[in-house]
Amino acid sequence: MAANASFNRGRWIVWGGYALLMLVAPLLFTSSLSMTMLSQMGIAIIACLAFNMLLGQGGMLSFGHAVYSGLGSFIAIHALNRVSDGTLALPVSLIPLVGGLGGLFFAALLGYVSTKKAGTPFAMITLGIGELVAAMSLMFPGFFGGEGGITGNRVAGQPFFGITFGPQSQLYYLIAIYTFVCTALMFAFTRTPLGRMLNACRDNPERVEFVGYNTRYVRYIAFMTSGFFMGIAGGLATLNFEIVTSEVVGAIRSGGYLLFTFLGGATFFFGPIIGAVLLVLALVLLSELTQAWLLYLGLVFTFMVMFAPGGIASLIMMNLRVASFGKWRQLLVPYLMLLGAAMIAVTGASAMIEMVYHLQLNQVLGPEMRFAGVPLNAKSKGSWVAAAVVLVVGVLLFELARRRFAPLWGRIQEEIETEIKRREARA
Amino acid sequence: MDAAFLLISLLNGLSVGLLLFMLASGLTLIFSMMGVLNFAHASFYMLGAYVAYSITQVIGFWTALLLAPLIVGVLGALFERHALRRVHKFGHVPELLITFGLSYIILELVQLVWGRQAVDFTPPPSLSGALFTIIDAPSSLSFAWGEKPEGCGTGGVRCTTFPAFRAFGMGVAVLMLISIWLLLTRTRIGLVIQASLTHPEAVESLGHNVPRVFMLVFGGGTALAALAGVIGGAMRVTEPSMALTVGAVVFAVIVIGGMGSLAGAFVASVGLGVIESFAVSSDHSIADGLTALGMAVTPETFGFALWSVKLSQIAAILPYLLLVLILIFRPKGLFGSREG
Repeated sequence: MAANASFNRGRWIVWGGYALLMLVAPLLFTSSLSMTMLSQMGIAIIACLAFNMLLGQGGMLSFGHAVYSGLGSFIAIHALNRVSDGTLALPVSLIPLVGGLGGLFFAALLGYVSTKKAGTPFAMITLGIGELVAAMSLMFPGFFGGEGGITGNRVAGQPFFGITFGPQSQLYYLIAIYTFVCTALMFAFTRTPLGRMLNACRDNPERVEFVGYNTRYVRYIAFMTSGFFMGIAGGLATLNFEIVTSEVVGAIRSGGYLLFTFLGGATFFFGPIIGAVLLVLALVLLSELTQAWLLYLGLVFTFMVMFAPGGIASLIMMNLRVASFGKWRQLLVPYLMLLGAAMIAVTGASAMIEMVYHLQLNQVLGPEMRFAGVPLNAKSKGSWVAAAVVLVVGVLLFELARRRFAPLWGRIQEEIETEIKRREARA
Repeated sequence: MDAAFLLISLLNGLSVGLLLFMLASGLTLIFSMMGVLNFAHASFYMLGAYVAYSITQVIGFWTALLLAPLIVGVLGALFERHALRRVHKFGHVPELLITFGLSYIILELVQLVWGRQAVDFTPPPSLSGALFTIIDAPSSLSFAWGEKPEGCGTGGVRCTTFPAFRAFGMGVAVLMLISIWLLLTRTRIGLVIQASLTHPEAVESLGHNVPRVFMLVFGGGTALAALAGVIGGAMRVTEPSMALTVGAVVFAVIVIGGMGSLAGAFVASVGLGVIESFAVSSDHSIADGLTALGMAVTPETFGFALWSVKLSQIAAILPYLLLVLILIFRPKGLFGSREG
């Protein structure tokens, strides 16, 4: 952190850029699809950041976090319907806050049990509670609306300066404001003594107890804070979709938050933002593009855990470090070679995966299919041999490139370490 | 509640509980040895069922019962060797995450190979009928081997059959339980496993390959899951969602029993199976109970939706309710020795 705390120029640039990006994004991507995607990204950013409050900052792996966004959604839709029929006088723009309070309430209730443990037992308890709520959502149709869910209408109450939230763009800007404020608040949370204590609970709980803090209490407060922001995300989702079904509390949703928060990078504050953007892209675009997207997702996730446990954010930060020492140019050619070889290997592998999916799911359409514009016949030997050859060549090239890259990377890191030590000695 | 109903519910509950225990034992073994919670455990269970289904189509059920656990066990060991061991140094959360990622991959691969619908995996003909029938006549209660005898359903005589395959499953589970116990306490490799659990460095310096022991334990645990899958798949339905439904329950079981305690896992799974099977076949609700106590419960009463839920509806969420109750009143679990 910069020593000069009174005016931190880098921080102003980053936050200003973040706000500007959200401001101009709908002007660049004007189609209605991109507008809904941008809105969903804003919602997902809040949710993933709130999730990472536990995973990244508290070391708590929650398998049932959709419960809090989902229950927040349900509270919000009931509030919205009250506003619609005039029994509740509340501007629509504050409905997400109602969702947040709902999330907070349920996090306080269920978190009291979950946070009794840390580590692996915590993960299992959240999973169990997630299943409990998901099962109950079908048992109480009065509140959860059963299979069909509950619908609402976000154009309710009096328009405020002509803002009705009817058009998607008006809603987008509401979501953008919420996203920006929530991001800022959650970042501020990491700087509070409580946020620091939470990091300590993740790294060395025993010592925290010795210093005189109750780790369980710290975890509980963090859980409730996270639940509040999850609830806001849920409330915004209510306004965005105008329907809430019981799947918003389900295990699939929880798994999605977990996967993408980790992919984005749990060890850096901004990692989940990348993850949230990827989440929406994968859910909307990738799932249209290929039926095998869950398999790809699982494979990418597994490789990420094995080789880059800091997620995409850590990859970015490592390269930024190399670049800040002016050594990135040396890596450019090896990077391009690695990337090219990886592309070849992935092309071969995914051609084979797509052929298998085609055989399994689209049998009625016949064995012919197109993969990246190339016609393939899933039943002919030629297509399979070609794909296998591409895969093997790609893997071999990748291994060759990696053998050149690995020592170079190691050497650059060593140089940076010595450079840092030299600078420290001089200072 | 009559005796025949009591007996059949008890037996059904026992068979479900023992099936749960087959899963929970492998999970507990892996957890207590390596500190890894195998999130993909139920996925291996599913894989066992599907592999057994395929082998049954080609060769036969008995070969499948033997081969499927072996194949899945080898796959599990390979996963431990090449993926799990690599993230071991990063700590427990990445270990949990990688098995979480694996559960996605297995689910997709299973749907890819065997399709998204349930497959027709049934017990072999020699085990498909009823083992015995409970005959509940107005004056007496008696048993008969095999299918329903003559005279059932007439003159107030009610008959309930108990499927032979359920009994077979119970037998396999008990056999497995005894052999694990013998293996862990009476053999050399069992002693090495037990020692690696508490004193890995000492075992290593005595010349044993501890990472290989871990690999064997992980492979063994997944093989147990697959064995449970062969039984469970043939007893219930073999479908892609079977992993998720069973997985969450098994996790609840091992928390209720106490993390890392085999005895706790046994008591919790059998207890849960029995309670669930009684709850499923009962249609009482809290409202009925309150009415019996003399309190008037009407649709206008506060929280009527909650009071009027029938026990049979609650059955599905019972494991999680118990989980929450246990955590409030006994955080270390029934037989757990330490608080997490």
